[in-house]
Amino acid sequence: MLVQIGILVTLLSLLAFGGANAIVPELHRQVVDVMGRMTDSEFTNLFALAQTAPGPNVMILSLVGWRLAGAAGLAVATAATVVPTSVLALAAGRFLAHAGDSRALKAVRAGLVPLAIGLILASGYVLARAADRDALTAAITFVTATALLFTRINPIWLMAGAAGVGVAVRVLSP
Amino acid sequence: MNEAPVEAAPAPSRAAVTHAALFFAFLKMGLLGFGGVAPWVRQVIVEERRWMNDREFASLLGLSQVLPGANTINTAVLLGDRFRGISGAAAAVLGLMAAPLAIAVAIVELYGAVSQNPYVVAAIAGAGAGAAGLVIGTGLKIARNLRLTPRIVIVTFVVFLAVGIFRLPLVWVLAGIIPLTIVAAWFDPNS
Repeated sequence: MLVQIGILVTLLSLLAFGGANAIVPELHRQVVDVMGRMTDSEFTNLFALAQTAPGPNVMILSLVGWRLAGAAGLAVATAATVVPTSVLALAAGRFLAHAGDSRALKAVRAGLVPLAIGLILASGYVLARAADRDALTAAITFVTATALLFTRINPIWLMAGAAGVGVAVRVLSP
Repeated sequence: MNEAPVEAAPAPSRAAVTHAALFFAFLKMGLLGFGGVAPWVRQVIVEERRWMNDREFASLLGLSQVLPGANTINTAVLLGDRFRGISGAAAAVLGLMAAPLAIAVAIVELYGAVSQNPYVVAAIAGAGAGAAGLVIGTGLKIARNLRLTPRIVIVTFVVFLAVGIFRLPLVWVLAGIIPLTIVAAWFDPNS
């Protein structure tokens, strides 16, 4: 089981371009359909939890390891999530940092800048489409984005406020 | 457009970025990153610690995003390695992952007990909407702190359309856009 988890997670993490969302369909297929170790709703709940909990959302892989094989599964899945992609990042980062300042490398570094901004805006949009189920949640998203952009308020207060408004409206609504 | 003060922030002395500083900075990001760590990565690295300016950060983030794996783990690796080598990368990743893993396991075990509580559901719905707002605000904030040349505006818009609106598979989008954005930067006199 542990070897199986290690191989599956290593392969999936190396395919996780843009994070966990890219590999969730394949993870679901492997764990629910192929291995038959989890029901559909168990998997969906686990994914929702990984989205809600703090930390990177690739932790879904660690949680699957935990569900399938306890603490050992958690350790193997986490190592398989982190180590292979980190080695790759280390190699790429060092290559770019030490390969000098040729015009081509400057272009690579400068070219990554708008790519990063476009991807973060796209991910914010996708998250907002999923989270904004009514006028209230849409307003929360708008106010949070605006406040972050135009004030120096610590984002922790924005998150606390967002959760608090959600609860307050639930309490006050008949 | 005038450059905001953040872009002009001085480079930190390498001595200030110790292994412990890396560990605790990423511990904080991991703990606060409900619904996504990315906004906190910029908040802590650029605004609070001033380890790099928005331009350097966007380039590092872009590299993290085109590599496989979680952006935030890749960012931790790249930043830790830049300041303190492989052990610095390990300190940053440990800081990022340790607390959230413990919390996630606890939540999984407790979920059955609280998932029916309407107030918990309402708080999570509100926090999810807030988290989305933080991600959008962070993207706009990075853009505001850069010199927005036509190249940057166009590439940003194309990536946003392809990935956000049309939901094209990310691997295809990256394969198409990486050569284009590098060629565009090659010919952009402002970059």
